[in-house]
This record gives sequence, structure tokens and C-alpha cells, in this order.
Amino acid sequence: MERQDYERLRWRCIRRALLELDITLTRFLDDGFDQLSEEEQAAFVDLVALEDHDLWYLISGKEECNEDEARFVPVVEKLRKCSVRLAG
Amino acid sequence: MSIPVLKFDAVIVGAGGAGLRSAIQLSEAGLKTAVLSKVFPTRSHTVAAQGGVAASLGNSEEDHWHWHMYDTVKGSDWLGDQDAIEFMVRKANECVVELEHYGMPFDRTDDGKIYQRPFGGHMSNFGEKPVRRSCAAADRTGHAMLHAMYQRNVKANTQFFVEWMALDLIRDAEGHVVGVTAMEMETGQVVIFHTRATIFATGGAGRIYYSSTNAFINTGDGLGMAARAGIPLEDMEFWQFHPTGVAGAGVLITEGVRGEGGILRNSSKERFMERYAPNAKDLASRDVVSRAMTTEINEGRGCGVNKDYVLLDITHLDPNTIMKRLPGIREIGLQFAGVDCIKEPLPVVPTCHYQMGGIPTHYSGRVVTPQNGDFNAVVPGFYAAGECACASVHGANRLGTNSLLDLLVFGKSAGDSAVEDLKAGKAHRELPKDAAEKSLARISAIDNRKGGANVHETRLAMQRTMQNHAGVFRFGDMLKSGVEKILEVEKAARELEIKDKSMAWNTARTEALEMENLIEVAKATMLSAEARKESRGAHVRDDAPDTPEFPNGRNDAEWLKHTLFNPVDNSISYKPVNMQPLTVEPIALKTRSY
Repeated sequence: MERQDYERLRWRCIRRALLELDITLTRFLDDGFDQLSEEEQAAFVDLVALEDHDLWYLISGKEECNEDEARFVPVVEKLRKCSVRLAG
Repeated sequence: MSIPVLKFDAVIVGAGGAGLRSAIQLSEAGLKTAVLSKVFPTRSHTVAAQGGVAASLGNSEEDHWHWHMYDTVKGSDWLGDQDAIEFMVRKANECVVELEHYGMPFDRTDDGKIYQRPFGGHMSNFGEKPVRRSCAAADRTGHAMLHAMYQRNVKANTQFFVEWMALDLIRDAEGHVVGVTAMEMETGQVVIFHTRATIFATGGAGRIYYSSTNAFINTGDGLGMAARAGIPLEDMEFWQFHPTGVAGAGVLITEGVRGEGGILRNSSKERFMERYAPNAKDLASRDVVSRAMTTEINEGRGCGVNKDYVLLDITHLDPNTIMKRLPGIREIGLQFAGVDCIKEPLPVVPTCHYQMGGIPTHYSGRVVTPQNGDFNAVVPGFYAAGECACASVHGANRLGTNSLLDLLVFGKSAGDSAVEDLKAGKAHRELPKDAAEKSLARISAIDNRKGGANVHETRLAMQRTMQNHAGVFRFGDMLKSGVEKILEVEKAARELEIKDKSMAWNTARTEALEMENLIEVAKATMLSAEARKESRGAHVRDDAPDTPEFPNGRNDAEWLKHTLFNPVDNSISYKPVNMQPLTVEPIALKTRSY
């Protein structure tokens, strides 16, 4: 991913409406994003465009991806497993 | 260097609830209106508000604005201005109904009215018994509100500048506000917004604390800009805290956990609440629990490497009860503390939630500042609303669900005042020659400095200083040393260095600029808190205890006044609380007890 695209994505991950997402997505950018395939990275970009509550319910397991969101499944799984680190 | 100038009638900084509400007034009045936001509007922190919005509609049972007024004044511990409070509660019904007409999907009763639910502190008949006053849209009240208002703005042709950060207020030689400088993140380009009205709706600054429920976006940009432009900040010592946030993360653990039998323990595993509240124990009120937790930590009985949190233990509960009665708690523990609460206790600390103080405003939304003996001289061209403003309706402590009401009423009021002032026909005032100089110099200093302070480390130093020295329960000596420490951190914050020098999408630079705003708020908070030698509302001092002479530590004879922190010379002055409502008798002073 080009630097500019990555930095735009980063901003859209570290400045969310919900604190839960700020922490989870910041952690994932630092620890999991690089290991995603190109296809998964593209899915991640679309995934984080979801509304905050919808995205948080997917990551926290309160909801599952629907049929139209099948390509999000591997990324959501990785987000759910992302290691815990305290946020600053 | 030539800086592009964009001319608008009005610019609104911030696209949360207050910003969107005021933009509707301006755009629908036919004025050319720009809204600047660091994020897409429906990603503003208003989205996180779930509790509802207070309005005495009386749909579920009898209610009256005067009762709502009483609850708000009492909640504020009598520090709220009673004219502003009467204004707000009387406008509540109109604002909620308007929102419904914008398409807000409020929960409804069987007969189609807006459903109202009970909320802590909402009482009928001047504190007699609970009343259902909160209007909500399931658990997405703030989110639904933003969507309804955003769509209304699109219809009214409001121009949005998304992923733009406002940098500095532009004031001319006579002190009139004539616009702001702002940076487009995608290009790094600095632009002047030359306006006739400038409205700040930038939200709170909860990120000054190490443990905060606020999203990362709440960096107090409006307060920082106002402070740099010489506007004093009002009542910044008052911050609302929640007793149990996940240590280090801030994510809230619902009070229901203690209700279901959760026990607070210190480093020796002792159930310390038995010492502080022998009867209620872990179910004591928020302030008692927060105070006990802070005392345990301050006296060295905290847990972890830094001994800076206590434990919330539910390992003795049946796992099925946890899963059934406390849904989501296990996930929060796993995600944000790395702890399975069925097997291990959760690390928790009192956590900052809401900022009561802010940019001083009249209830019309106009920003006011002391001038030539007038405490409330209007700053021409400048308005503020929502959490960044201090009208002051929340005083020393905010009543639940009054935050969404604040942003609706004062967002609208600021918009209306701007429309009224602009319709009076004043042309754009001339821009000062050096309009963008201050902003460009700040950016250039951050970009070019070598051997400066690291942004992340400086932010952490500020957050730990605020948490330890000006947290939920305050100590005279800790506040004194906190003042010295925060002034040290301020020196570092004025010498920030970043490695990334790119123009486009330089998030390091944006975070450095946010840090320069945060430190203004942190400093104002620490110095204002040190100076107020009483306990009132959310400001509770160990050396101002509950005595017969001063119930709850409140000292009205000396301290029934608003703090004004002057950021130019770090001095503090005070102004009287307005105890005179608009049409009714004042709510007389009495001891605040629930």
C-alpha cells in the first residue's frame, strides 16, 4: 500500500467515534495489518468504512457478517484475535 | 507565502451534534456556511452518547420544565447559571420535536408518542420522586441524532470540509473574530476561512486524562485555539468521572457489575470498600467508590507494576450469571485488559467522562470574556456550543442526558444568534495582514525542530500527571506538585518534534498539533483545580471535607463563583454565578444530597 493511502487509512482508524474502535484498530494497524494479504487489506479498507456501531458489533462478536460481507470474515476473525495491548 | 482565502458567511468548527445543529440554522437562513471536521460528521464522538436526551414532554407521566430546571441546578451543585438553565430546559421540548421532524427515529409508546425512560437524577415535583424524562433511539441516540441532522444539512447546502483540522482563531486588532486557519489533511495545505461568524463546536478534551471514556478525537481543539487567542477558559476544574473504566484503556465497565455482586479489591486482595462504606460496601454511590479507589491507589495499595489501579472481582460469580446478566463484560475484559473475568479480576480505575467547563458563553451562544469591569463582554463574531462551551448549565456536575440537550439547544441558539448578527448587515471585516502567520509558524516549528520532545511520550506524561494529581478525588499537596509537573510538561509540549516531514496525510503532524491543544486544557484544569479550595460537585478535595459548617465541603460564602483561567499569564480570576433565572424565582441554595 502506498504511504499516502496507508496514512489516510490510519487516520480513519485512529479517529473513530467510539473509543473501543480507536483502541482496537490502532492496535491492529500496529500488529496485524502488515500480515494481511493484498485482498484482505482491500477488505479492511472497506470494513473500516462501516458505521462505528456496526463495525464494533462485528469485532466484539455481538453480530456476524451477513452474506454480502463474506469477504470481511477473515479480517474480522483476525481483528477479534488481535493481541491485547494497553492504549495511550 | 500566499495562503488561499475562502470566504464564507460562517464557519463552524466541529461536525458533532452542536456543530450540525447550528449549521442547520445558518444554512436554512440562506447564509453561506462551511463546517470543518477532522472526521466524517457521523463519526463524531456524539455517536457514543447512548443515554438519551432530556425533555419534560410528559409523555409517560406528568413532568414540567421547572422540575427539570430544579434537577439541573441541584446537579450543578448550584454553580450553573440559572438564566442559562431555564433557557435550556424551556427549549428542550421544541428541540426534541424539531429533531423528530428531521427524521430522528425516537423510541415510541404504543400510541405513537416519543417514549420516555427514567434516568438517574430525573425527578418530579422538585426532587420528590423519579420521573421518566429521557428520550432515546434504542442504544444509538447520538448516532441517530447525527444522521438526522447531517441529512438536514445536506438538504440545506451546508458545505462540509471533511478531514480538515482548524488551527487558530483569527482576531483583528479590535478583538473581533474574523475566521480561522485550517489545514486540509490530504494535502497539508493551510487555508484561511474568512468569515463574519465563527462557531466552535469542537467537543470535549477528555484525552487529557490517562483513563478516559472519550474517543481519541477529543483533544480540546476549540479550547486550545481559544486559549491561544487570549480567551479565558471557565470552570475547567470540573470533570465528571465514572468509577470503573478498564485501567489503561478507559472503556467503561457498567455499574451493573457491582450490582450483580462484583467486589473491589486492592493489592492485598482486601475488599477495601468495607472500610469506607461498611453498609453499602461496593454498592456505595459513584463518588464514594471513586474516592475510596483513589485513596487506595494514593496510599500505595494499588495493583500492577505502577500500583495504579485496583481490581474488580467477579470470579466468585457463577459464569452463567456473568454471561446472562452482564453481557459483553467478558469480551471487554478480554479485548481491553487481556483478562478473562470469569477466572481473573478486572483492572479498573476512576475514568474521566465529561468536561463541564469550557469557552465562556452567554446562553445565546455568543462567547463572552471579561472586559473593563464587564464580566460578560461579547467577543464579536465568535460563538461556541456543546461540550467545548460553558454556558454554564452543568456547573460543577452535569445531570445525565443533559449533554445531548445542551448541544441541541445551544447549537441552535448559537446558530440563531449568528444569523441575527449577520442579518444586521455587517460586511466581512478586513483580515489582519498576519492572519495565518501564527499557524504557519507553529507548523514550521514542529516540522523543523531537532532534538525536541516526542509527541507520544509528552502526551503520556500529561495524561499520567492529570490522572495522578487532578483525578476524581483531589489532595492539596498533590494539586500543588501537579501544577509544577504540568508546567514542566507544557515546556515539552511547546518543543515537539516529528520525524515524518511529508505534506500529505501527515498524521504525526496532526497529532502534534492536537497535543498543543490538549496541553492548554490540562494546564487550565490543574491550575483551576489547585486554586479552588472547596469541594463542589465533581471537584472533591480531601482538605475540604464534609463538616456541619460546610456540608459536602462546599463553601458558598467564598466559592460560589465561576473560575476564569487566563492562559496568557496563567492567572485566575472569578466571576459571579448568575442565580437569577429568566422568569421564575431563583432555586435557593441548599445541600446537595440524593
